[in-house]
Amino acid sequence: MTKIKILLAASIALAPLGAETTVIRNATIMTVTKGTLKGSIVVRDGKIAEVGEKVMEPADAKIIDAGGQYVIPGIIDCHSHIAVDGSVNEGSVSVSSMVDIKDVINPEDIAIYRALAGGVTTANILHGSANAIGGQTLVLKMRWGKDAQGMIFEGALPGIKFALGENPKRAGNPQGGRGATTVEARYPATRMGIEDTIREAFNEAKAYKAEWDAYNAKVAGGEHLIPPRKDLKLEPLKEVLEGKRYIHAHCYRADEILMLMRVADDFGFKIRTFQHVLEGYKVAKEIAAHGAGASTFSDWWAFKVEALDAIPYNAAIMQKYGVVVSMNSDDAELMRHLNTEAAKAMRYGGVSETEALAMVTLNPAKQLGIDNRVGSIETGKDADLVIYDKYPLSDFAKVEKVLIDGNLYFDRDQDVTGRAARQAEKQKLLDKEKQNQPRQQPQRRPGA
Amino acid sequence: MAVRNARIVTVSGPVIDQGTVVLRHGLIEAVGANVPVPPDAMVVDGEGLTVYPGLIDGLSTWGLPGAAPAAPTATAGRGGRGQTTVTTTAPATPAATSTRARGPEDRPATTSWLKAADEISPTDRRIETARSAGFTTAVTFPTSGIFAGQGAVIDLLSAQKPGEMVVASPAGQYISLTRGGGFGGGVGGSFPGSLMGVIAYVRQIYLDAEHYKLVKEAYARDPRGMTRPEYDRALEGVLESKQILLPANRLVEIDRMLRFAAELKQRAILYGAREGYRPEAADLLKKAGAPVLVSLHWPEAPRDANPEDVDSLRTLETRDKAPSAPALLQKAGVQFAFYSDGLDQPRDLQRAVKKAIDAGLSRADAVRALTLSPAEIYGVADRLGSIETGKIANLVVTKGELFDDQPRVQFIFVDGRKYTPAAETPAAGGRGPVAEGPGVDQ
Repeated sequence: MTKIKILLAASIALAPLGAETTVIRNATIMTVTKGTLKGSIVVRDGKIAEVGEKVMEPADAKIIDAGGQYVIPGIIDCHSHIAVDGSVNEGSVSVSSMVDIKDVINPEDIAIYRALAGGVTTANILHGSANAIGGQTLVLKMRWGKDAQGMIFEGALPGIKFALGENPKRAGNPQGGRGATTVEARYPATRMGIEDTIREAFNEAKAYKAEWDAYNAKVAGGEHLIPPRKDLKLEPLKEVLEGKRYIHAHCYRADEILMLMRVADDFGFKIRTFQHVLEGYKVAKEIAAHGAGASTFSDWWAFKVEALDAIPYNAAIMQKYGVVVSMNSDDAELMRHLNTEAAKAMRYGGVSETEALAMVTLNPAKQLGIDNRVGSIETGKDADLVIYDKYPLSDFAKVEKVLIDGNLYFDRDQDVTGRAARQAEKQKLLDKEKQNQPRQQPQRRPGA
Repeated sequence: MAVRNARIVTVSGPVIDQGTVVLRHGLIEAVGANVPVPPDAMVVDGEGLTVYPGLIDGLSTWGLPGAAPAAPTATAGRGGRGQTTVTTTAPATPAATSTRARGPEDRPATTSWLKAADEISPTDRRIETARSAGFTTAVTFPTSGIFAGQGAVIDLLSAQKPGEMVVASPAGQYISLTRGGGFGGGVGGSFPGSLMGVIAYVRQIYLDAEHYKLVKEAYARDPRGMTRPEYDRALEGVLESKQILLPANRLVEIDRMLRFAAELKQRAILYGAREGYRPEAADLLKKAGAPVLVSLHWPEAPRDANPEDVDSLRTLETRDKAPSAPALLQKAGVQFAFYSDGLDQPRDLQRAVKKAIDAGLSRADAVRALTLSPAEIYGVADRLGSIETGKIANLVVTKGELFDDQPRVQFIFVDGRKYTPAAETPAAGGRGPVAEGPGVDQ
């Protein structure tokens, strides 16, 4: 990543949030919730103040002329692993709910800037899928240049990753559970075992919750007691039982999807989203009845046996049955063109332009419980906006500008014009290093 | 013993252009321009020499020969599309079977109860090499594991008994966040296998320690009818550590660790500070009031790198600017000290400090960062770190100034005992041929 980019972003970040008013003029505005219109957007105090064919332009407003260009709400990726320091998996145990992505956010991961350049303004940063119950997750805004705390989507409910099927049963079981002679196998090694692992964890969590509830009741009654031991593994599961934390469950097959919903019903919690959910089209009715969302791939499958029975119509079919559907990336590269992922649902399944766009904006916002703030272009919502040079549901569209909270975080022109300077700066450092090298005698660093 | 007619850099006060230091019974008896030399003193003529307080290595393993140098920062690769498919890995170590930790309750990689003071080996060959570079003191720590153990301030004596060397103990708990060996993300390995796993573990330990203390106190007050709490040496070790050392090289890590220390309600000393040259880092440290130990092991280009691979601008910048961190921290008013970080050859240490001076740190501030500042950080400034009456007689006497290209250490006094530097070995490492023997004159 480059200094210039950081300086640029830092100077933007330093500007008082939305202190100035910005007007995006002459654009084709795809609002997602209120149709498409030609007009202007007024941004004030980081929020969308007005949208319409004719708006009141304040005299001191900063004008962005978007003539011939398109504006859509900031893209939201419901499944990403960028901006994480170290491994995204705590793979040693089958229940790793004690770990938290929040502890390892890397706000200087260049993938953030690149996602921004692809129109992404918000992403659900997930733990990996090596465990039946994985780590805690959170929602970030791609505020490039801010520190870790500054990237966190304020007020968004945190989540936890679950994973079903091959990943959690194979992780730590190189020979399908028969590897115990060379390495201590990690339970579980089967799909049955995964269900059991989740049930056992929630049995524990229920007992833990009961212990704390009893303690809190007694303390409220005036008793002085030593509190129970705080268990970081069970705290997030207790929060799930209390409805304070969303479950994002990695899955592929219909049977495991049904299994998890039965477990959830037994323990009285909800699955917020099924992730990948390639066989979701087979159980769309059941998913809709449970009230879960589905966050899937457009056309990425067959990378393993459990991901074989997939069809490109998955998103459209699930949507038809009333499931809130989003398209995710699960990948730093795919994350940069989610607009075309959405477009594929138009080609396969014939969803409307607005419905397709909603799959990377409003729908993931709903899935993450942040649709009161983001996901569409409406008065009062956060001014998270993407300006494309062409019709955005097309391979040929390029992102021109990205605003988050009304602040400019990506500007294609600035990026392109700055490239030569960044390259020169890099070359200068390389030359300097080279120059210094021959003077250095070969040094031995014992114990280094 | 007295050193007279020498230039004296007291560090705590102004430089005395020509003066005398009197040492007796291992302590500084007097120092000043007009201090009389006692009639019974053995006199060292300091004409043309400079006397400094003995140098202190702010974070060291000197005196603990078995201790591994701090583990390398292993950042596991992050899969892209491969994220959804877990590649099965063959076991890296056959020994992984029996000792696999299954959670925080197994207290993995924890020896918090271990005290450096109990493990000192006066025969560590590095003691003499370090002393020859002017180091009289080291704050030495066990460094293997997450909670590696408690440090000690030790004087670098050629002692008969390890106990003679210990100036203060314990000096704090050494925490590292890297996991050596095992699998990427710890799949099939021991808990914790990831950075976030280690952080969660440290957090759980502090929660457990707090709870343990409550239960133990309650039991001590009235044991009747109460289940006896189980003794937990991991928590005992944590509870008796009054401060913790946390690793933080990058700006992101400095931010993360300062927040973490605040959350844990622990007094923290950060170590590393490779990106301490970034102004934001100094601001954060200043705001938190946290001291920082700056590694003298400046980042360098890897020797055998693929010439096709070009490092990122940030990496290049860090290699270029890391030595300017001390000057910046000094300007910002951040309390900092240097540490050897694996360097132990006098020439390497001198050169490393010189780099910081070339990058803008004043010579006086460089001396302070190796004397009074580390003494203050570890709360031993009442006995070490400057040339003042009553303090421990740790001195280094040089011809020319310290950190010059060709510094010549003439004598070193540790606890008032006079040593002469060993000649440096050119290549082979280990202990060099000793010019005048590690002579103890007193």
